[in-house]
Amino acid sequence: MTSSSGAALLVALLLIPLAGAIVVALLRDNDKLAKQTALGFALVELAVAVVAWIDYDPSAERFQQHFSLDWIPAFGVHIAFGVDGIALVMVAVTALLVPLVIGFGWAEKLPAQRTAGGFLSLILLQQAITIGVFAATDVFLFYVLFEIMLIPMYFLIGNYGGARRQYAAVKFFLYSFLGGLIMLASAIGAYSLASDELGKGTFDWATLVEVVSNAPLSNQIWIFLGFFLAFAVKAPLVPLHTWLPDAAAEAPIGVAVLLVGILDKVGTFGFLRYLLPMTPDAAVELAPLVLVMGVAGVLYGALLATMQRDMKRFIAYVSIAHFGFIAIGVFAFTAQAEVGAVTYMVNHSISTGMLILVIGMVIARGGSSLISDYGGLAKITPALAGVFLLAGLSTLSLPGTNSFISEFLVLIGAYGPEPVYTILATIGMVLAALYVLWLYQRIFHGPVRGSALVNVAGGPGTALAPEVGARKAIFDLNGREKLVLAPLVVLVIGLGFYPAPVIDVVTPSVDATLQSVGISDGGN
Amino acid sequence: MSALTSVLLLAQDPPDKETLAPINYGAIMPLLIIIGAACIGVLLEAFLPRHQRWSAQVFLTLLAVVGAGAAMALYLSDAPAEGELTLSDSLAIDRPALFLWGTLLALALGAVLMIADRSVEPGGALVAQAAVRPGTKQDREQRLGAQPHRRDAARFQMQTEVFPLTLFALGGMMTFCAANDLLTMFVALEVLSLPLYLMCGLARRRRLLSQEAAVKYFLLGAFASAFFLYGLALLYGYAGSVRLADIANAAAGSDRSDTLLFAGMALLIVGLLFKGSVGPFHAWTPDVYQGAPTPITAFMAACTKVAAFGAILRVLQVGLESTQWEWRGVLWGVAIVSMVIGAVLGLTQTDIKRMIAYSSIAHAGFMMVGAIVLNEDGLSSTLFYLLTYGFTTLAAFGVVSLVRDADGEATHLSQWAGLAKRSPLVAGVFAFLLLAMAGIPLTSGFIGKFVVFSAALSDGMAPLVVVALIASAVAAFFYLRVIVLMYFSEPAPDGPTVTVPGAFTTAAITLGVVVTLLLGLVPAFALDWADAGTFALR
Repeated sequence: MTSSSGAALLVALLLIPLAGAIVVALLRDNDKLAKQTALGFALVELAVAVVAWIDYDPSAERFQQHFSLDWIPAFGVHIAFGVDGIALVMVAVTALLVPLVIGFGWAEKLPAQRTAGGFLSLILLQQAITIGVFAATDVFLFYVLFEIMLIPMYFLIGNYGGARRQYAAVKFFLYSFLGGLIMLASAIGAYSLASDELGKGTFDWATLVEVVSNAPLSNQIWIFLGFFLAFAVKAPLVPLHTWLPDAAAEAPIGVAVLLVGILDKVGTFGFLRYLLPMTPDAAVELAPLVLVMGVAGVLYGALLATMQRDMKRFIAYVSIAHFGFIAIGVFAFTAQAEVGAVTYMVNHSISTGMLILVIGMVIARGGSSLISDYGGLAKITPALAGVFLLAGLSTLSLPGTNSFISEFLVLIGAYGPEPVYTILATIGMVLAALYVLWLYQRIFHGPVRGSALVNVAGGPGTALAPEVGARKAIFDLNGREKLVLAPLVVLVIGLGFYPAPVIDVVTPSVDATLQSVGISDGGN
Repeated sequence: MSALTSVLLLAQDPPDKETLAPINYGAIMPLLIIIGAACIGVLLEAFLPRHQRWSAQVFLTLLAVVGAGAAMALYLSDAPAEGELTLSDSLAIDRPALFLWGTLLALALGAVLMIADRSVEPGGALVAQAAVRPGTKQDREQRLGAQPHRRDAARFQMQTEVFPLTLFALGGMMTFCAANDLLTMFVALEVLSLPLYLMCGLARRRRLLSQEAAVKYFLLGAFASAFFLYGLALLYGYAGSVRLADIANAAAGSDRSDTLLFAGMALLIVGLLFKGSVGPFHAWTPDVYQGAPTPITAFMAACTKVAAFGAILRVLQVGLESTQWEWRGVLWGVAIVSMVIGAVLGLTQTDIKRMIAYSSIAHAGFMMVGAIVLNEDGLSSTLFYLLTYGFTTLAAFGVVSLVRDADGEATHLSQWAGLAKRSPLVAGVFAFLLLAMAGIPLTSGFIGKFVVFSAALSDGMAPLVVVALIASAVAAFFYLRVIVLMYFSEPAPDGPTVTVPGAFTTAAITLGVVVTLLLGLVPAFALDWADAGTFALR
């Protein structure tokens, strides 16, 4: 067992944002103080996450820093948390993105009658629950957190979102809630298997993995399908993805970062943590289904991303393409593809998070999320254009950026067992270059044009030289924005050249996951 | 009524004086306290001057409910775990009965507090005199309520007969779910129903709607009672006894006519399903819930459901246990119909009370899922579900009674728009209760659904569970719609105000909300209690 200091770290990771949420909720009268307090809690959380990362020893046992309390003894339910390598990196990314989101939203204007305290309190609550989802080692607890994770997000979209926020919030909630309920049926099914097998039911993850993975294939398939549906809605795989473009387009920028960057990863995280170990036979049996959905996502997401007129919807379709890619990596069942998929989860959070933030900065300047409202922005804001380009290149996995190594590992690892799907997915990479660069070109290059930039300041001479007016009203990145983007720039380039820290942490956990499917470290 | 009962009693063998077991007064003390207090309440009504009645009745009623709870706790300290029969075996005081009694008493405490409240509506939510005809001058006067500045305010205080009526209904409910023979069960059914019919018609405002609800409830209730009685008669003809255990024995091994058995069983169950407002016998529910005064609706929705399902569980698991293969398929269908009707028709409702009524029909379907699981898990999970449902519903109606405009309660959904901006606390509490009804984790509703569904899955009813899950998701939509209205919509300029509740309604809502939260966070103790024992099978 690990040291108690490790468990204390995890408890702190769960409780700091929770405490922050309560404190910030009490500061609704004072926006400035609320922002400072929230940022303070988020930075402390980040510091603790860094310590937890250092404390985690990849060469030791898989689950560390764990602790457990009885919750409902009648059903063998525990409040049990612990992290493996995969959960640890997701927790760390969550802790990284939240302060950036708070920093980004510092000067953002909230809708009428909404306070920064309420908004930030929900963000911190979301953070606490999401970290709980990644760290839960009891299936019941996981389900509970998986469902209540929807509530802060529902209010974040519905209260602070765009014009169609009500529709988007309800759609988001119902999709995820139905998926979750079906997962609950599967979780209960797994529980009954355990109680038949052991005489006493339990929801302990390790015990359920032990019991269910030895169950007959017919049982496994039902349990697999229930969990898979919930995760496929969450991660959105085509055709269960239709809530994401609405939710991402209506959510405020910071919330979209958390939604696409963190929440959706719970789906792919679930593939790795629950589907593969618990129902290995069913996973192998049904892998073609997932691979088809993955490839469909890659191609469909890429094509639709190319066609989008709205930048926020663009992000949603790009993510759908990437989630398809991660699903292919997970269900290729080779060590390389699997490590690639896990690191892709991290890198996607970083690069897509960055892309959403820079798009948010563009929108903050032009007041519109339509691509056609912009043009030639690079002449006015060269630094923003540079960061935008970097985020875009990371999204299309250019060598030297963080995503390249993940995508490369997925393709290499998946090509052996699944050449057809892999070749089809490669077409998605080509399309990625198309949609990213075309977006960049339309917004930043050519003459200054578009209703968001032209005539913004008015005055004489603007009709002849549109950028004169735009230059008066639109400024390049300010100090705060540079501070928000700097850590992401460092990570994109740093992990692009030296990905070992992430790969080393996740590899033992990935190997353990693969062993449970009956594959021991195939390609390495 | 009494003539009918005595005629039917003659049908039983007259008990032999020598062999009659002594009555266990300790076991039935809670029941005696409630019925006794109800009789005293009637006398108070006759002899006390008008201005003293309210305080005397409220005091007596609360004392009776708390006293009955204390008597039950006293008995529980050394009660036999397998339960015991008393009053010539006509009552079975076993663990499920005691669990239901405890639930009923706690829910009734909350409901009585709401009924007694005179601050939300000046003078109380109930009419000053039931005889006042709608639309007359007296009606217009009493509708304004007991305004404190008026010298004759006392004339417009609420009618206080409602308190003994509540106690009688409560006594009937307690007997209903402990009855060990069908005849006692029938008498209890009438004792619980008749006061409720009256109480539905006592609303201070919208008198016509209220009286319509009362008539509708009475007529349909009378039909249901008749069904029950026919079923009883046929089963007596079949088994030669009205005792549940005798019917089970007769059905287990006999060559008697199955027609009598099946017809009797079907009619009996229809009568019970009506009381539990299980679809497709639910037609009265939305109208009655809407028309009745809200505190009475709260009492009816929470307590009647508990009592009815207590009786359904006992009849199915004791009396009809041996014939389960005959009725189980039909009740599968009933459960599905109830869940689907509740969830789908709930979507189209525009009145908050009707919406909760359809929600209760859907919940009745979920309870049926648990009730037809014929093992200990089925019993304990349904009992637990009843507990969670009762408190959530009680508190929800408590909140409904607070949102008002000049015409009384603002029950149209559009009037709830933007409520969160006007009174965040009330909106927050109601949102929490709605999430509990939807079955979101960390509320009691989730644990209730979880135990029922896992009991059903363990008994091999996976298709039914899938239907239940889909119904849950559909129902979640209309709960969410109210949250959307309250939180994400702009308030209407002439929207309703939220009345600051007096101590009574506050206490009732707090009770419901705290139990909903506690059972969601730490359900272990209540689960253990629900699982403490089974029906006494004699």
